[in-house]
Amino acid sequence: MREGKILLEVKDLKKYFSTPKGMLHAVDGISFSIKEGETLGIVGESGCGKSTTGRVILRLLEATEGEIFFDGKDIRALSKHEMRNMRKEMQIIFQDPFSSLDPRKTVSEIIAEPLKINKMIRNKEERLNRVLELMEIVGLAERLINAYPHELDGGRRQRIGIARALASNPKFIVCDEPVSALDVSIQAQILNLMDELQEKLGLTYIFITHDLSVVNHFADNIAVMYLGKLVEKAPTEELFESPLHPYTQALLSAIPVPNLRNKKERILLRGEIGSPVNPEPICRFANRCPMAKEICRSCEAELREIKPGHFVACHLVEMSEQQKMEVR
Amino acid sequence: MGEKKARRMKTPKVSKNCKPLTAEELREISDKYAVYIKDLHVAFDTQDGCVKAVNGVNMQIEKGKTLGLVGETGAGKTTTGLAMLNLIQSPPGQITAGQIVVNGQDVLHASLKELENFRGKDVSMIFQDPMTSLNPVLTVGDQIAEVISYHENCTAKEAEEKAKEILELVGIPGFRDKDYPHQFSGGMKQRVVIAIALACSPSVLIADEPTTALDVTIQAQVLEMMRELKQKLNTAMIMITHDLGIVAETCDEVSVIYAGRIVEHGTLVDIFEHTRHPYTEGLFNSLPDVTNRTAKLKPIRGLMPDPSNLPEGCAFCPRCNYAMEICKTKKPQKIYDSDTHYVECHLYSCGRQIGDGGEMDA
Repeated sequence: MREGKILLEVKDLKKYFSTPKGMLHAVDGISFSIKEGETLGIVGESGCGKSTTGRVILRLLEATEGEIFFDGKDIRALSKHEMRNMRKEMQIIFQDPFSSLDPRKTVSEIIAEPLKINKMIRNKEERLNRVLELMEIVGLAERLINAYPHELDGGRRQRIGIARALASNPKFIVCDEPVSALDVSIQAQILNLMDELQEKLGLTYIFITHDLSVVNHFADNIAVMYLGKLVEKAPTEELFESPLHPYTQALLSAIPVPNLRNKKERILLRGEIGSPVNPEPICRFANRCPMAKEICRSCEAELREIKPGHFVACHLVEMSEQQKMEVR
Repeated sequence: MGEKKARRMKTPKVSKNCKPLTAEELREISDKYAVYIKDLHVAFDTQDGCVKAVNGVNMQIEKGKTLGLVGETGAGKTTTGLAMLNLIQSPPGQITAGQIVVNGQDVLHASLKELENFRGKDVSMIFQDPMTSLNPVLTVGDQIAEVISYHENCTAKEAEEKAKEILELVGIPGFRDKDYPHQFSGGMKQRVVIAIALACSPSVLIADEPTTALDVTIQAQVLEMMRELKQKLNTAMIMITHDLGIVAETCDEVSVIYAGRIVEHGTLVDIFEHTRHPYTEGLFNSLPDVTNRTAKLKPIRGLMPDPSNLPEGCAFCPRCNYAMEICKTKKPQKIYDSDTHYVECHLYSCGRQIGDGGEMDA
């Protein structure tokens, strides 16, 4: 891993939605940073706030509290106009390639739109050349240039989404479950493409997914979210080899392995993810945690650095570390 | 009323290529298998021509066993499942040839009345998307009770009680039977769909991607529950999925389907450790390897062929790394690797193999 400078830093980010039942804590005080050219995987179940996090970072949703620094600039302080300029640098690939493309625009119109909006290339011919170049980069055949999205399959549509995100030469892309709507064989094609693009263009990714086996392949660091909180953050290898949070352990064990040998013991979680509306100030995983103790139900666990680079928010991990110290 | 009765006695239209089975044949088959499909063809007539969705599928499942049907979107997995209940919408769809026997019933030559009694009681299907397969204006209790009161001779009160019991069985508190689908989370809705399918203890269960819409932790719960219920009720099951991980955990046998044909079939060990077909190999290589994170993914190149315009020879030929001249022109025949394992691929009739003559790493 190379020592790059920090491209994105997020401090104590919060996003609350007001609902008839009370405040919905979608993202509740998360902090992380990403170095240039690296990938951070954000993993969690539906409803844990991972997509909201991605959108808040791009200011597609306004944060309730917290700071976001991109390339050293506090982007929450930018005006609408400045933010629009900034978006050339930060782009997003959406989850569903079926609903994120305008059905009434052709492939070339979709890909050219960011170029037009940002007034990057005013000459029509040059714009067309750029579109063709982008199509080649993402592996779309030239003959599809006047096709409409409905004529194409999911994999090709996702390639359009990627080409559109790349159009303005961004440094940073939020990938919001870019492969979860695709078949495995197509999924692998898209993942390889994104990997190549990162190498070639030096992109920085936030890769949002619920599938741990996908980020394993892709991310340098992984952050696991549960009900709006970061529960564990570590370099990918470290996280897969020694997950410390009980939720991460359960997530890892829940992946069905396409292998008949070395079956592992499965940790079955009881119940489902709780409600993020007005959460109590206790460990949010306590109700499903197979190891929950008294302390978990009395106060919230803070994110702590257990090993260099490995952060966990769990009372129990903390305790066992302390006990180890006492023994020593 | 009389008209309705007459309609019910009618047999749905069936192609003359679907030969009815004699009583003796039927008995012989149903003694051995819960599901028996022979040479099934399904086609859809559309504006853009005839789409051949299923092209000669053969399948046998013994009682209490689980078969995994694996393939990509558009391979004909769901169509095969629907055909087993004679639920292909016609027009545009039609079963153009083949024989289907499920739980001793010749599905293609049954009257509507027989089919109505058979669907939901002897065979049920778990549909893929729990968000759309439930009725939003009925309580979940009513939806479960509907199946019970249709098939079993019982009062409304009894049906309601039984619905509660079944809800408990799938891990939902019985008092929630008065709730509507929108009040449940995705995982719980899927449990309700499973509860409806299991309400009359069917002998055969067709599970069409039952966990695709769910999170991994919930998926693990649902799969565990299905496994337990299957053992308890000794149900034969078809698990339609594209996730080989799920297959490894739930199935006894696997059929890999591509462009409406089963290209490889075998036991779990046959498929996972002695992979033969290049497509099956490609599916395995496309999966991110949890144990080796630096390995590059090896996707299958290209796309599934257009089902209204299938290649003349082997349907997989345009995407295959081992394609030979013969593959372009001639359809491959079944070749048996062992008693339980067959593959449809020209490589083996030419004495070749996938990989470098060796086995791939599972």
